Amino acid sequence: MPDQEFPKLYLYRRIVQAKLFIDAHSAERIDATDIADEACYSKYHFIRTFRDIYGKTPHQYLTAVRVDKAKALLETGMPVTEVCLSVGFDSLGSFTGLFKRRTGVTPSTFQRERLARRQRMDKAPLSFVPGCFAALYSGRENSNTREAT
Amino acid sequence: MITKMNHTSIFVLDQDSAYDFYVNKLGFKVNTDAQMGPKGRWLTVNPPEQPDLEITLMAIDDKMMFDKSSAAKMSELVAAGTFGFGTFLCDDMLATYEELKAKGVHFKKEPAHEFYGFSAVFQDDSGNWFSLSERPK
Repeated sequence: MPDQEFPKLYLYRRIVQAKLFIDAHSAERIDATDIADEACYSKYHFIRTFRDIYGKTPHQYLTAVRVDKAKALLETGMPVTEVCLSVGFDSLGSFTGLFKRRTGVTPSTFQRERLARRQRMDKAPLSFVPGCFAALYSGRENSNTREAT
Repeated sequence: MITKMNHTSIFVLDQDSAYDFYVNKLGFKVNTDAQMGPKGRWLTVNPPEQPDLEITLMAIDDKMMFDKSSAAKMSELVAAGTFGFGTFLCDDMLATYEELKAKGVHFKKEPAHEFYGFSAVFQDDSGNWFSLSERPK
């Protein structure tokens, strides 16, 4: 894309690089200053521009990424304390409180529900498939390339 | 009365590769990933802000929907970039474009202000293409 057409594109590139930096380093001790440095911005200008684009401050975005990664790890069955430390939270208390505020349930409840769903999916996969497709999977109907009679 | 769409399908050449594309590049969430025995795998994803719309990443093979000949024809058409399967919305076109480009997503049409809005067109790893539009502000 011609940069002349969108003269501020270089600014977007820097903010996007900062976002990708957060995605890649979310488990580490990073703060807005590290991230602003990564984007070659002053801290204040960086926070404002980031929020204009993503609707969240870099810190809010970092927290959201950590919670998302925590969800993925909890689904694997990893112990809650290990998940907490793996995604970059310092204490189990703050992790649990923040997770509950964001998702409505505690990490252990979330894990129990997701593992139970996984178990149901393994045991009765057809119940997760909508009707007509379930019929195809179950072998009660042939492929849709055959016309209905 | 129909109230909403809750499932739709995208036909993909390889489900593992499609998983990587839709989850790791586009940021979609896996909803259901179920092994269906000899009939294959039921794999659905949600766009990040649409948890009630499951997009099925449907393998093109002769195990379920297609016979062998139809699967071969469909694979050829998908790989040739014949099908456009829909439009995705984003909040900020240039930021989304830059991020997807950085992740290696191929754009058939780069962002441009058209009479119908600010939009671009990208392709998935199979060859299916999608419009990308900026949500009106």
